[in-house]
Amino acid sequence: MTLAEYRKKRGEPLIREDADGAHDDKHPSALKYVQIGLILAIITAAEVGLYYVDMNFTLLVVLLIALSVVKFSMVVLWFMHLKFDASLFSVLFTGGLALTVVVFTVAIAALGGSLT
Amino acid sequence: MAHATAADHLQTSTGLDNRKLLMWLFLASDCLFFGSFIAAYLLYRGRSVVGPYPADLFDIPFTSVSAFILLMSSVTMVLALAAIQRGNVRNMRIWLFTTAILGTLFIAGQVFEFTEFNHEGLSLSTNLFGTTFFVLTGFHGAHVTVGVLILLSLFVVSMRGGIQQKDSLAIELAGLYWHFVDIVWIVIFTLVYLIQP
Repeated sequence: MTLAEYRKKRGEPLIREDADGAHDDKHPSALKYVQIGLILAIITAAEVGLYYVDMNFTLLVVLLIALSVVKFSMVVLWFMHLKFDASLFSVLFTGGLALTVVVFTVAIAALGGSLT
Repeated sequence: MAHATAADHLQTSTGLDNRKLLMWLFLASDCLFFGSFIAAYLLYRGRSVVGPYPADLFDIPFTSVSAFILLMSSVTMVLALAAIQRGNVRNMRIWLFTTAILGTLFIAGQVFEFTEFNHEGLSLSTNLFGTTFFVLTGFHGAHVTVGVLILLSLFVVSMRGGIQQKDSLAIELAGLYWHFVDIVWIVIFTLVYLIQP
């Protein structure tokens, strides 16, 4: 079975669907994009607000990283359409991302660096 | 002579457009590129033996506005894609141009920040902070600049009637690159600016 046949079996869209210019109806509406943009703006404001709050530094680091992961994921899933697109794109990107995180986390830890 | 149709051209063994596949592969590899610079910054943070230090220079309100501008440019970029996918070329041009303007504003902010830091005595060779900071944010700025040039090129092509609904992939690919530049800044903004031990 070719990958194309496998993807067809899974119901994933093939490129033929938009070759004639028809857009994929699974993509969100413009209003949805604006709503997501608003959420991203609010999270950014929260991040900056946290920066000025006097709190335990480790807790601050955890909160800021959690918020940035949420922002990162929202952009990748909704704006870059990984949520709707073929799973192969997700595999490629998350593979590269995971490799980056693992390699450099190990490198930083091994060489004595730290977030805190 | 047989003429290949668009459909023939797009038949691939994966069932996916090779151009889009290539863009995702490039973005995955670019993760490692930026990962190495971010790791270098984190590794050498706090190890500069002479100033100026990050706490002396960073202007969080200013950088927050820059981060907000780049984030909003992702919204306008995806609106440009949504417009062309629905066949609305006029709106696509408006959003595309808006995205390029927001990107230019971000670059202008970065140039201002670099100039200020330089006036305060920080250069690429002043200390470990200067080296790792300028290399990391400079390469990101270069990526944004390339993105702005791509957006402006697409805008000019569309003004000449070269982008229609059937060409939406060109906007989608530019969008993928632009959003990637945005998510890299999300990481840099948090790890470099907001988290300062």
